[in-house]
Amino acid sequence: MNTLQNFSKGLVKENPVLVLVLGTCPTLATSTSVTNALGMGAAATVVLLCSNIVISALRKIIPDKVRIPCYIVLIAGFVTAVQMLVKAFAPALDQSLGIYLPLIVVNCIILGRAEMFANKNKVFDSAVDGLGMGAGFTLALVLMATIREVFGNGTFMGMPIPVLSDNHISILTMAPGGFFVFGLLIAAVNKFSKSKPKKKDFGCAGCPSAELCGKAGCDIAKKEAAVND
Amino acid sequence: MTKLIIILLSAVFINNYVLSRFLGICPFLGVSKKLDSATGMSLAVIFVMLLATAATYPIQFYLLEPNNLGYLQTIVFILVIAALVQLVEITLKRYIPSLHKSLGVYLPLITTNCAVLGVTILNVQDYPVTETTTFWWGFAQSMINSLGSGLGFLLAMVMFSGVRSAIEANDVPKSFKGLPITLVAAAITSLSFLGFGGVIENLFA
Repeated sequence: MNTLQNFSKGLVKENPVLVLVLGTCPTLATSTSVTNALGMGAAATVVLLCSNIVISALRKIIPDKVRIPCYIVLIAGFVTAVQMLVKAFAPALDQSLGIYLPLIVVNCIILGRAEMFANKNKVFDSAVDGLGMGAGFTLALVLMATIREVFGNGTFMGMPIPVLSDNHISILTMAPGGFFVFGLLIAAVNKFSKSKPKKKDFGCAGCPSAELCGKAGCDIAKKEAAVND
Repeated sequence: MTKLIIILLSAVFINNYVLSRFLGICPFLGVSKKLDSATGMSLAVIFVMLLATAATYPIQFYLLEPNNLGYLQTIVFILVIAALVQLVEITLKRYIPSLHKSLGVYLPLITTNCAVLGVTILNVQDYPVTETTTFWWGFAQSMINSLGSGLGFLLAMVMFSGVRSAIEANDVPKSFKGLPITLVAAAITSLSFLGFGGVIENLFA
């Protein structure tokens, strides 16, 4: 796989939010405005890039048995650094992202890339993968935020849009609108993706933390699937 | 006392963790297909939320703040929660196997659940120990808030598993099958919680 493919797979084919359905909580919560979405995307991308580089560099040193706790500590360290940087240089962003900034630690995308990519690949490839996935996350967030802000608030990055600002659908910026727009976007992806996407149902099969929980949840999911069939 | 009731009720209905704060969406979408797994998961979440708050609140105000280590909050909290969950699981497995059987499978899933880390961070943010509030008052508020958040999670999961079993029987357009229709249903469920806005304030006004 060449570098360009490695980068671009995160944008479209394996988009972490819209195809792999990872990191749903921050996606729903911070896509109320484009500015928030860009901020969240940038913060997550920085953490993803740093954690991928360091985890890949340390992949031969970290013992296999305790790798997940090691990854979590590394990721938490980078999140703390990003948190302090945002607090210092963009206090307004810190205010609007609030609790979701420290919660990047438990964002499945980051642990997922560490587990699926960074611990098997060279440092440079992991860095490119991190950037690509981060860009894909940001892209999905901005796409969703654009829909929600333009139609829900009648503005784009704070600038009012002529007709829409008088006729906005405020519910789209509230919690139900988040679920609704996300549902529509995934339906659109299902509709337009030519090749059948690897149907990673949400829940367990696509969950990078499956390793972490000893696939406990997968058994539950499997049992449920069996019952439903 | 009224303050505590207000905290409890608003955590359950108004600031519902899943439906208005978007915390813990993964288990909400993943384990809500059947009622019994939904309740099992929620009970485990309530348990871990209470335990995590009981552990992290004193750590924040007796260990981190007096030593100016506030910036270590994220790292310390996630490690404490992870260790705690492991410990509880081992203990349950050894001493109360029946409870482990019903809750145990859900416990490891909770380590990386953002609702649990979220509740601990929000508690130390919203109910801090200051010159005017004592440690125990802040601690009581935090515990009540965790209980309410957990109960809110339970309520959302139980309601949503009912909604989902109704969807199963319907003929859904092809591209909406699976996750998209679930999300649209979640939107409508969350809409019903918007109706609670303002109720609590007026109830105790």
